[in-house]
Amino acid sequence: MSIHGTHRGRVWKYGSNVDTDAIVPARYLTTHEAATLRRHCLEDLDPAFRENVQPGDMLVAVDNFGCGSSREHAPLALKAAGIYCVVAASFARIFFRNAINIGLPVLECPQLAQVAATGDELEVNLAGGWLHHRGLSYNVTPYPEFMQAIIAAGGLVPYVRQRMAGGGNSCAGS
Amino acid sequence: MSRSLAEKLLARAVGREVEPGELVWADVDVALANDVTGPLAIAELARMGVERVKDPGRVVLVPDHFVPNKDLASAGQAQILREFARRQGIPHYYEVGRMGIEHALLPEQGLVGPGQLVVGADSHTCTYGALGAFATGVGSTDLAGAWATGQIWLKVPLTDSFIYCGRLPRWVGGKDLILFTLGQIGCDGAAGRAMEFAGPAVSALSMDARMTVCNMAIEAGADAGLIAADQVTLDYVRGRFRGEPLLFQADPGWTASRVYEWDVSHLEPQVAFPHSPAQVRPVGATGGVTIDQVVIGSCTNGRLEDLQVAAELLRGRTVHPYVRLLVIPATQRVYLEAVRTGLMETFIAAGAAVSTPTCGPCLGAHGGVLAAGERALATTNRNFVGRMGHPTSEVYLAGPAVAAASAVLGRIAHPEEVGT
Ligand code: SF4
Repeated sequence: MSIHGTHRGRVWKYGSNVDTDAIVPARYLTTHEAATLRRHCLEDLDPAFRENVQPGDMLVAVDNFGCGSSREHAPLALKAAGIYCVVAASFARIFFRNAINIGLPVLECPQLAQVAATGDELEVNLAGGWLHHRGLSYNVTPYPEFMQAIIAAGGLVPYVRQRMAGGGNSCAGS
Repeated sequence: MSRSLAEKLLARAVGREVEPGELVWADVDVALANDVTGPLAIAELARMGVERVKDPGRVVLVPDHFVPNKDLASAGQAQILREFARRQGIPHYYEVGRMGIEHALLPEQGLVGPGQLVVGADSHTCTYGALGAFATGVGSTDLAGAWATGQIWLKVPLTDSFIYCGRLPRWVGGKDLILFTLGQIGCDGAAGRAMEFAGPAVSALSMDARMTVCNMAIEAGADAGLIAADQVTLDYVRGRFRGEPLLFQADPGWTASRVYEWDVSHLEPQVAFPHSPAQVRPVGATGGVTIDQVVIGSCTNGRLEDLQVAAELLRGRTVHPYVRLLVIPATQRVYLEAVRTGLMETFIAAGAAVSTPTCGPCLGAHGGVLAAGERALATTNRNFVGRMGHPTSEVYLAGPAVAAASAVLGRIAHPEEVGT
């Protein structure tokens, strides 16, 4: 899936404080294999999700999405399930970092988080930083410049490769 | 410019003054992973094209979540960690029989100390803030980056100040302080900030109790929980920590982003209800919820002091016939000390099941998984849906005193109902 251009898909909507145990229960953390993570993604919160999720669907949640543990298995599970991006009013810090690092787009948009519902159609333009929903347009909170550099590199792995090869050594803006 | 403790700790790791909100690259003193997050970090390190970690002496690997290996899959994860440790010549790898739950083990073994910057691929890495270190949880890829480069990028947080006045009553400890705080500010009440704990009631806490407090800073969404190092800290690290303890304090007149101040002289023991660590009530308002299982252990409350408190209430008493009590010392050393001082005999005589150190039931991994609809009271730190087993099971969180009293009475109980 490309981050360029406009993407259209369906919404799965959840509330506040969706924790990482809800995203992928700890009992499955004996592996980080995509197929297993996908099979158990959100299973305790919403068993219908793994049955019906389609590649390109999007998750919308309210506050503090991804709170709890530091397991990177959580954004990996969402990515493995085919989720194109997660939109929330706010994210827990570790989840937000992990998602950026592994290349799962995460967008902060409190206004949309209040009004979206499961099954809605949503249009997203990641590069442009906007969302279309029920005839209205929303702008997402821009990433700090430094995070944009990680995203532009394609995630933390290629970013570190660049750094190790003698690339930049300072955070943008500092 | 008056600086917060967090800013001063990060300034040391960056090598210059830092401002809240600023993104910085910081030098990492210790980078920790476990059997859940380590294998993924090892895979990411390989994808980075890095063959050797920058400094094996700064890496700590602790298989603790699924050990002793619960099944083939977890055995495979532990094996990845073990082989990586050997291949990389990592001295701080802890095998079953010598290990402990990471956040109890690292301070105990003197692997972390005052003034350091510690990152761990585990959210409860914030525990070491109790030593006056800046310690924060990261994901596996971030950790792999730190292994590769010796550095991590961080956003310098604002700091919220939590001041506790008065003296804690009997049976009320670090767990009650932090549960009470979570109940007041909510599970994102300190999101993206540092929490600095201070005041007479905190100064009077032992290191074991301070670690319990800082352990749960992440339950409010905080980047770090901090307690400035003092004489108690120095006494604790003496003879353990091999580095030079660096003592930092907030400058006089520093500005906290928010200030909370409570008198805790009459604080009741606290209990968090399902399914949030911030859904907190005093034990007197819990309505005698009946329970099927009690777990005393974890990186929050599996230290010696916790076992001592529990044993005090269990001595000469027996566990309620319908309750299973599991006692899990957090480290091998705590285990041995509990055997030597007779605590283990008290637990076993009371009808408790005692296990070797492991995270086990804390994350519903093994050794104490709950069936559908069952209720547990645990001294652990999270009670999310399905955390200890079946999605319809429930977990209540409390300190070791409430846990022991509840195990005896078969319902959530005030310690005074069994002890004096
Ligand atoms: S005891 Fe529980 S919270 Fe602590 S490290 Fe283990 S699983 Fe995590």
